[in-house]
Amino acid sequence: MSSRCLMKLTPIHWYAKDLKSSRVLILNRLGLHARPAMSFASMAGSFGCSIKVHRTDNQERVDGKSVMQMLMLACTQGTEIEIEAEGADASEAIAALRALVEGRFEEE
Amino acid sequence: MKLRQLILEKAIVTGLKSPKRDECIGELLDALMKGGAFKPAQRDEFLKAVIKREKKGSTGFGHGVSVPHVKTLEVKKCVAAIGLHPAGLDFNALDRQPVHAIFLLLSPEDKPELHLAAMEGLFSILSQEQFRKFLRQAKTVADVVTLLDEADANPLVR
Repeated sequence: MSSRCLMKLTPIHWYAKDLKSSRVLILNRLGLHARPAMSFASMAGSFGCSIKVHRTDNQERVDGKSVMQMLMLACTQGTEIEIEAEGADASEAIAALRALVEGRFEEE
Repeated sequence: MKLRQLILEKAIVTGLKSPKRDECIGELLDALMKGGAFKPAQRDEFLKAVIKREKKGSTGFGHGVSVPHVKTLEVKKCVAAIGLHPAGLDFNALDRQPVHAIFLLLSPEDKPELHLAAMEGLFSILSQEQFRKFLRQAKTVADVVTLLDEADANPLVR
């Protein structure tokens, strides 16, 4: 009986070990325009895991591997996004994408 | 973002023929200029800027569409031209496919949020297969205007 209780209380993330997520702020002055969107999508595409992105003020998720969909987020400087990765290399993907965004996509 | 407010009707060109990317961009700039989007003196400077931007990385993001653009202090709000290329144009696109629709965008350099909103508006429709299909079938400026009006009236449910 006690194990059933534990199941109920344990968050879903505890089971889905390959699901990782992280929130990050868009810092560069020009926001997520075409070039950063392309860097993001191409980096995301280099990982095997699935990558979904949404603005934290909107639950609409887009495919982080698609330039077009990333541009549909219209993220300006100061917008917070959440990156969700699911798959074997999810942790690596999140770390790399975070570094890219936090590094201002090598812009000002 | 209403597309009809973004796209200058006088800058909708349905029959691009040149097999050269830079000539097609030039033709769209001419249309924007004639439509009053900017002064003739800026034309060559804009052409250079758009090509320079393309060389950094193609704006042909796939599915036969490209969104070349330039940011400038000469415009106060975003304005765009549409060029349809029935035969297909090599735009060095990400998916290596020829481009059939070019959306040339001029954005105010000092208002990055307007540029981002215009891109969002464009890709909200360009990411829809149905819209791209109808756009490829459009033959006249009136056909394109009708499509834009329909897109404005039925925004993508997000």
